[in-house]
Amino acid sequence: MSGAANDPGSAGAGAIRRLLDHDLVYSFLSSPLTVVAAVVTGVIFIATGLAPWLAPHEPFNPATLSLMDAFTVPAWMDGGTSRYILGTDDLGRDMLSTIMHGARISIIVGFSAVMLGMTLGVGLGVLSGYLGGWFEIVVMRLADIQLTIPGILVALLIDGIARGLLPREQHADLMIYVIILAIGLSDWPQFARVTRSATLVEKRLDYVAAARLTGIGPMTIMIRHILPNVMRPVLVLATVGLALAIIAEATLSFLGVGMPPTTPSLGTLIRVGGDFLYSGEWWITLFPALVLVTLVLAVNLLGDWLRDALDPKLR
Amino acid sequence: MLPFFVGRLTQAMAVMVAVALVAFALFTYVGDPINNMVGEQTTRADRDKLRESLGLNDPVPLQFARFVANAAVGNFGISYRLKRPVDELIAERMPATLELVLISALVSLAIGIPLGVYTAIRRHSLISRFILTASLAGVSLPTFIIGIGLIYLFAVHWGVLPSFGRGEVTSLGWWSTGLLTASGLKALILPVTTVSLFQITLILRLVRAEMLEVLRSDYIRFARARGLTNRAINFGHAFKNTLVPVITIAGLNIASLIAFSIIAETVFQWPGMGFLFIQAIEFVDIPIMAAYLVMAALVFVTINLCVDMLYFVIDPRLADDASTLPVQSR
Repeated sequence: MSGAANDPGSAGAGAIRRLLDHDLVYSFLSSPLTVVAAVVTGVIFIATGLAPWLAPHEPFNPATLSLMDAFTVPAWMDGGTSRYILGTDDLGRDMLSTIMHGARISIIVGFSAVMLGMTLGVGLGVLSGYLGGWFEIVVMRLADIQLTIPGILVALLIDGIARGLLPREQHADLMIYVIILAIGLSDWPQFARVTRSATLVEKRLDYVAAARLTGIGPMTIMIRHILPNVMRPVLVLATVGLALAIIAEATLSFLGVGMPPTTPSLGTLIRVGGDFLYSGEWWITLFPALVLVTLVLAVNLLGDWLRDALDPKLR
Repeated sequence: MLPFFVGRLTQAMAVMVAVALVAFALFTYVGDPINNMVGEQTTRADRDKLRESLGLNDPVPLQFARFVANAAVGNFGISYRLKRPVDELIAERMPATLELVLISALVSLAIGIPLGVYTAIRRHSLISRFILTASLAGVSLPTFIIGIGLIYLFAVHWGVLPSFGRGEVTSLGWWSTGLLTASGLKALILPVTTVSLFQITLILRLVRAEMLEVLRSDYIRFARARGLTNRAINFGHAFKNTLVPVITIAGLNIASLIAFSIIAETVFQWPGMGFLFIQAIEFVDIPIMAAYLVMAALVFVTINLCVDMLYFVIDPRLADDASTLPVQSR
């Protein structure tokens, strides 16, 4: 999302292209911190996206692992080798490769969860703003109720329910879908609220009345006319939401109810590495933590910039 | 005031009914409660008898009514995993969580509000800029990473503070407190810091934003024209008027502290309710999950109600005209 908004060449949809007017490009280039954040985000996305081809080792292929290499220190310390730049963990897995694969899962989960929450929230928001009546009341009351309870708690609850409903032996394989569902369902109310209030404003404008007069159906008006015009605040919310979703996934995995150690995300790596902190093997937990914090910080900075650039009033 | 109060109370009840429905659905539809209570060898007939005696064959609305009646007196059945009554387990662990949450709330208010006021008044000083930059980092650091970092520095590297547990606790009747012993207080430092850091940054930024908004307003300019001292303007006029939104968010944040305490309790092996809840999720221990959910919702709803009521105490203008209340804008 943030990648598409930063790079004029890859902008596909008309809504996004309209956002890329002169002001946005200018404000992007005049803020060095934002450019750095965009570069960092880009590097992490590419490195993790291409992890299966770029990673120096195959950390999840038992045939390539050797316990003899376990607990190798990072390359710049005494006893480190250039074979394992960031050292190895307790199973002799190369930390760099493990982190690349782990961050990949974190980002995939973050993206999918935001997409799910956004689709659900924006859909319900536009519908309830445009239609009004009992539908609006029901949806907004539901959003109110859910907002009473912190998102992470809602995600934990959905996680717990899914664990109860799914057979135990399939947990490891299905966990990624469970987490996406849990995080996505925990943040739809924000999107619904923002979209609904934007829709309420848009629907009173002349262009909507004109569209209605030409005899276009309500579904078409909502999708073709109102939706593109309420996407600005949604895009800002989605960028910040991506950082929050990545943190939420890492938190669930860290708490032991997220990604299993066989297909670890950054959160799982930090949890597993935390056990070795007491015996002095700090690099097993430090490097995944650093990557997580850098990623979240970079995405947050992008979100801050996008918010200032798109809607100065929101500050 | 009365119509407003009634409206809010109705909404609170709606939340509780919704949460009770979810909790009840957990019991009824996730896993088979009978399987979780009896051994493998129990015969079909015995299972059916147990099912009948527990009322699991009754109509669903009747079961729900019974569930609510039981929940109202704190009876959530017996933990599948620990084989002990859930109310007992929660009562044991509640003091640990409440102490952690309340002290963290106090600490974050005591630090966040002064910092927010300072950064608003001395907007361009170096210290203010430093505080604001640090607070941005604070928002991006996940709670559990702060916890691990603190453990590594203070428990592993320097070895000055304990990394897990509550230390020595004193029991006062049914309440066990860690506040009365030196080791108990020492054990609180790291978890409280972990939970408070994020809250401090939030409160700081909120107070600063509100303060800046108010300092721009006409009546502050008028106060300056009258020649009042800076001190009187900043605290007597400006700060007072930032309190309504600050109390709202701070109150709602105390609710989210309960969620954050789950993370801190896991990192520091703190024997509280959050730790119990996480283990319940891991082992699909429905009675504990349901009880925690209902109790947490009750706390959130109560705090929300209290915050709404506090509006009237802080801002007497609201009592005159209830229709101008910031109901929707929240």
